Amino acid sequence: MRKIVSLILLAILLSGVIFCLTEIPFGRSLSKVREYYIDNGIKDTGATNIVTSVVVNYRGFDTLGEVTVLFLAAIGLSAVLHQEEKKPKKEGRKSSLILYTGCRFLFPLTMLFGAYIFIHGHLTPGGGFQGGAIIASGFLLTMLGCWKWRGINKSAAKITESIGGLVFVVIGLLGLLYSGYFLANYLPKGLPNELFSAGIIPIIYVAIGFKVGAELTGVLDRLIEEP
Amino acid sequence: MILEIILVLVMLVAAVSAGTFKNLLNAVIAAGFVSFIAAILFFLLNAPDVAMAEASIGAALTVAIFVIALKKTKRHEDDEKNS
Repeated sequence: MRKIVSLILLAILLSGVIFCLTEIPFGRSLSKVREYYIDNGIKDTGATNIVTSVVVNYRGFDTLGEVTVLFLAAIGLSAVLHQEEKKPKKEGRKSSLILYTGCRFLFPLTMLFGAYIFIHGHLTPGGGFQGGAIIASGFLLTMLGCWKWRGINKSAAKITESIGGLVFVVIGLLGLLYSGYFLANYLPKGLPNELFSAGIIPIIYVAIGFKVGAELTGVLDRLIEEP
Repeated sequence: MILEIILVLVMLVAAVSAGTFKNLLNAVIAAGFVSFIAAILFFLLNAPDVAMAEASIGAALTVAIFVIALKKTKRHEDDEKNS
């Protein structure tokens, strides 16, 4: 009896889903907003990367929400995994010379690449989230490969991510002050395809890059240290 | 086009094997492989922003976090009869 009832309920649910999905016009463009972004994106924001102009300028408030979600996730993880930092961290297993030298050689290059990605977020593909994730993966490489590594400076990571978030919010509030709405692009837009262009977009993306990098590195550091 | 079909098929195989492997480390590596191929597909579909995020977060950091979690817990699934 229960099986029959559940089958009937499943059939009703399935027919509802199929009915809804056939109504959606997949593959056809009915919204005008896509053409608007492609036509007017560079003129409105000064950023040649249209994805960045949508993420930071047209939908900047959503990005603030995303950053907040990531912040809350990092806070929750550190609350769950919190432990007293009294005992000295024991040195990991000694890795081979090739691995150690390779990690030390690759770490600054990874930092440079991550910084390049989030500084040039308004010109080339990438941005704060991608650059921050690359920086965190560079720290992960060092945590795994360098046995002399004693963990990151936790208060420096916390200060970095707090300053990143604060810069984002303060720039948004200055937009409210100068132009009348939150995250308005009040700085001069400059010429497209130049590094110093697009107003507040590069500043916000650099702040997001520092924030995401510090947060993900903090998460990895919390996880990787000995319980 | 053929390349994309091959990549999607490999991705399907990796996804199914990620769900069926008994050894959890192999399952995590298969899941990371799914992310890696997804990043290649995003790149082929002209979405380099998403490809970058997928490659660095999905294929590197998530796999690392899973592996660290596995290292601190048990590596094998319990058998059905024990539960």
